[in-house]
Amino acid sequence: MRAFVYDRPDAVDEAVASVAADPQAAFLAGGTTQLDLMKDGVWTPDRLVDISRLPLRGILVESQQLKVGALTTMEQLAAEPVVAQRLTFVREALLAGATVQLRNMATIGGNLLQRTRCRYFRDPTVAACNRRSPDSGCAAVDGVARMHAVLGVDERCIALHASDVAVPLLAVEASVLVSGPSGQRRIPLSEFWVRADEGPSIENVLGHGDLITEIDVPLLPQGWRSGYLKVRDRASYEFALTSAAVAVQMDGDMIADIRIGLGGVGSVPWRAREAEEMLRGTHVDPVRFEQAGRATMASAFTVPGTAFKVDLAVRTLSRQLITMTEATR
Amino acid sequence: MKTTRSTAPAPTAQDEYTVDVFTVVNGAPVQWRVDTRTTLLEALRDSSGLTGTKRGCDQGACGACTVHVDGARVVSCLMLAAQVDGRQVTTVEGLIDEEGRLHPLQEAFVRHDAFQCGFCTPGQLMSAVCLLREGRAGSDAEIREYMSGNLCRCGAYDNIVAAVREAAGGGA
Ligand SMILES: Cc1cc2nc3c(=O)[nH]c(=O)nc-3n(C[C@H](O)[C@H](O)[C@H](O)COP(=O)(O)OP(=O)(O)OC[C@H]3O[C@@H](n4cnc5c(N)ncnc54)[C@H](O)[C@@H]3O)c2cc1C
Ligand code: SF4
Ligand code: FES
Ligand code: FES
Repeated sequence: MRAFVYDRPDAVDEAVASVAADPQAAFLAGGTTQLDLMKDGVWTPDRLVDISRLPLRGILVESQQLKVGALTTMEQLAAEPVVAQRLTFVREALLAGATVQLRNMATIGGNLLQRTRCRYFRDPTVAACNRRSPDSGCAAVDGVARMHAVLGVDERCIALHASDVAVPLLAVEASVLVSGPSGQRRIPLSEFWVRADEGPSIENVLGHGDLITEIDVPLLPQGWRSGYLKVRDRASYEFALTSAAVAVQMDGDMIADIRIGLGGVGSVPWRAREAEEMLRGTHVDPVRFEQAGRATMASAFTVPGTAFKVDLAVRTLSRQLITMTEATR
Repeated sequence: MKTTRSTAPAPTAQDEYTVDVFTVVNGAPVQWRVDTRTTLLEALRDSSGLTGTKRGCDQGACGACTVHVDGARVVSCLMLAAQVDGRQVTTVEGLIDEEGRLHPLQEAFVRHDAFQCGFCTPGQLMSAVCLLREGRAGSDAEIREYMSGNLCRCGAYDNIVAAVREAAGGGA
């Protein structure tokens, strides 16, 4: 690992200034992505600004939303009773991710900013990676690509955004509060990540020195039901091949309103708006569920390694729609 | 502030790539002066000689390096030593009581033959102690789910589950 200066400021503005002043500096939260990449030599900051002692930990429950401090850990958020009641799919996605040890370290802010698990990205001895070094090519398109994306990608990069919890957070229209060198701003998650087919080397709209301080998560209205289904190669402790976060408001046999997020398929966490529109105001009908899934996956870009994901994603969504709509009848 | 050093640093010498860490390990105050890159795992093993904590993958994937920080289980290979400054760390060496008796969970591991080579065992124990505290030993399926961060190359899983179940009071 390259030598670095370790800095642990006490205040948000000091942390922002410390990173902003040094183009080679990076924030350190739980470290489960950051230290991993530094060990691999993929990312070699010369200054590490440890934000883990900043007063950004904890959850404020309001009547319509949660204000989640960026340093709240995955385990802490999963343990919040209001999350279990009003954001069931957020809790399920959290507990389906990583392990207790990692979830005790990993912060919600860091989770949204986790880097792709693409094995070629994480191996600096592989030359071709447009995400790591622009215009070098992409080793994954003809390589081992089981854990790669099919939506929001093209032949320049098929990297997957592997977060689980980001999927329901996007579906419920959460936003992040950011403090940066030029002040504070709010960014809805729908505008936060940058798709690989819009620029493989840019992952999100944050600038250097921008610090996420809070994640604001609207609660699902009373009477909604939600759940997260994660399909993977082993039963626990594995990234998703495909996943579906579904929240529904039923009116008898009718889907009055619905939110759908898909994981395991996109270069960014994926909101399935076409599917939502096709299903809103319709009666429960598994045939229609499948059509909605197909419509979402219609724009998929596949390579031999990822081709299976189109059918798997459709079935994952269909199954979760059946579960969510059956349970309310 | 940057200094080049030709000899070993004097005890008070500080360069910007060195940190002083004041922590409590297994109840005793400890001070480490280490390179900023030092992980908690390395400080425990190399600076404090607590070699019970094992290095498996060094990438957060196997759980062999599991310790407790302020009572919560974490993987010490993905944490910097500097991050536990002012915190309480417990390693497998800290599981015995004042009279040197094994923790009931350690006894259960012995009774159930819950290891073969033993390399993963310290991590399994540290994880399982927390699992019991977290109240996640309600069924075998729950134990398996919440122990999934600890891999065992020898495949002692069934016996590990049996030991945890017994320690949880669920009978042998
Ligand atoms: C073995 C393993 C298995 C995993 N499995 C899963 C899984 O199944 N599902 C899943 O969703 N995730 C999984 N993860 C990913 C894990 O959830 C993320 O690594 C973690 O959430 C990142 O949070 P952190 O606090 O550790 O971030 P760090 O590693 O500290 O930071 C991540 C990045 O974000 C930046 N950063 C952190 N916080 C802020 C902030 N507040 N403002 C601005 N920048 C910030 C850092 O500079 C860094 O670039 C796994 C990780 C590992 C190692
Ligand atoms: S998929 Fe993206 S991250 Fe992976 S090798 Fe190709 S360009 Fe790099
Ligand atoms: S050595 Fe830390 S998890 Fe494997
Ligand atoms: S007992 Fe050998 S690795 Fe678990």
